[in-house]
Amino acid sequence: MTDAHKEQPSIFSGLAATARRDLLLAWKRPGDVLNPLFFFAMVCTLFPLAVGPSAEQLEFSGPGVLWVAALLATLLSLNSLFGSDFEDGSLDQLLVSPQPLPVLALGKTAAHWLTSGLPLVLVSPILAITYRMPMSVVGVMMLTLTLGTITLSLLGSIGAALTVGLHRGTALLSLLILPLAMPVLLLGANTVSLAAGNDVYTTGIWALGAYAIASLSLAPYATAAALRISNE
Amino acid sequence: MCPRNSLPSATECKLLTAKLSAANLTLIRGERCLFEGLDFALDNGGLLLLEGRNGCGKTSLMRAIAGMLSLETGEIHWNGVPVLQQRQTFHGELVWLAHRTGLKWDLTMVENLKFERSLRRQSDRDPEEVYAKLGIERLKRLPLRSLSAGQQRRVALARMLLADVPLWLMDEPFTNLDREGRKLVMELVEDHLGADGMCVMAAHQDVEIDAPVTKIRMQ
Repeated sequence: MTDAHKEQPSIFSGLAATARRDLLLAWKRPGDVLNPLFFFAMVCTLFPLAVGPSAEQLEFSGPGVLWVAALLATLLSLNSLFGSDFEDGSLDQLLVSPQPLPVLALGKTAAHWLTSGLPLVLVSPILAITYRMPMSVVGVMMLTLTLGTITLSLLGSIGAALTVGLHRGTALLSLLILPLAMPVLLLGANTVSLAAGNDVYTTGIWALGAYAIASLSLAPYATAAALRISNE
Repeated sequence: MCPRNSLPSATECKLLTAKLSAANLTLIRGERCLFEGLDFALDNGGLLLLEGRNGCGKTSLMRAIAGMLSLETGEIHWNGVPVLQQRQTFHGELVWLAHRTGLKWDLTMVENLKFERSLRRQSDRDPEEVYAKLGIERLKRLPLRSLSAGQQRRVALARMLLADVPLWLMDEPFTNLDREGRKLVMELVEDHLGADGMCVMAAHQDVEIDAPVTKIRMQ
């Protein structure tokens, strides 16, 4: 019955299929995608109302507020990364699939970034204008947010995989991820602040890029190992 | 098997040469020992039937066979090589019909099966014929959410039939199925075994089948 010459689908088809399926699910259930985005937009618009509309203060606090809101919004969205797959048993099916698990985890994380990180990056210029951020700084902020949210999605996938079987694992997930996410927040917010003060800011971008590449190369393996452990 | 002076016994020889074999399996979950010193061997065309009451560890054994649980003692071998050393190859040879179907409720049947096609080697069967055989050809464009539990199980069976694998792991395959559905499952298993396939089935009802059956009665 088995034809030994027939080969398994390539790992790229596995990667693409996982990402495509999650994007399709996000398309059919847009609420999950919009929730973190609303959270991000709400924090960023409420903050000026609370601290007062003085231009100086807004310019000073803008980068920090945008970055903290982006970090929290990403943490909020992480729970759904493996949660629904765990509940309907498709995570088990991924675990027994002939595709390498790190590749499938990477596919899922890529879809997660496209549906949570990328919308944040795209919306951030509109919110940045309310903080009187000059256009040149907005570009820097979008670049740092892009690199930062990629890193956060990848680091977050490890935490999401470790807490997948737990009920109400969000708090634990945040605790696990925050120490790893701190450098992203510090580098991201400070780089934007430096750019706003007409200072040299490229070092921060390089460091963020390095962190993103390091997580891209290591996080999928950690996620796969975590998934195996939490599904024992 | 560990090196030793005496020759391996007849049972051990059988365990080593079988396609799927296990020796001296022990699994402890929490403080309960689910099984201890369990051996089995399964060859092409054979059915391994796991019997026992609810909660006796059938699903755990199934998960252990699929390489998802680490055992206290013992190893499961596929073609004489431990499963955990060749997990990816082994997973390419099996398909698992779990208690939870693993299908996405928001996607249609075709979208669900298309995803599976990108992960696992597919058989030469015509998908349309498989759908017709399972009686789900009219449900292709509906999201799984709107299907009944039995229909969803039939979609999971379609996934199984479309995969080109020798080993079927079936955990309670008769759940939610009507009388014809149960008969159909038995026919499908018989066909599969007839084509030199193998099947591990956990069931708490009697299974009558015209094939070599190895029974494991779990306590």
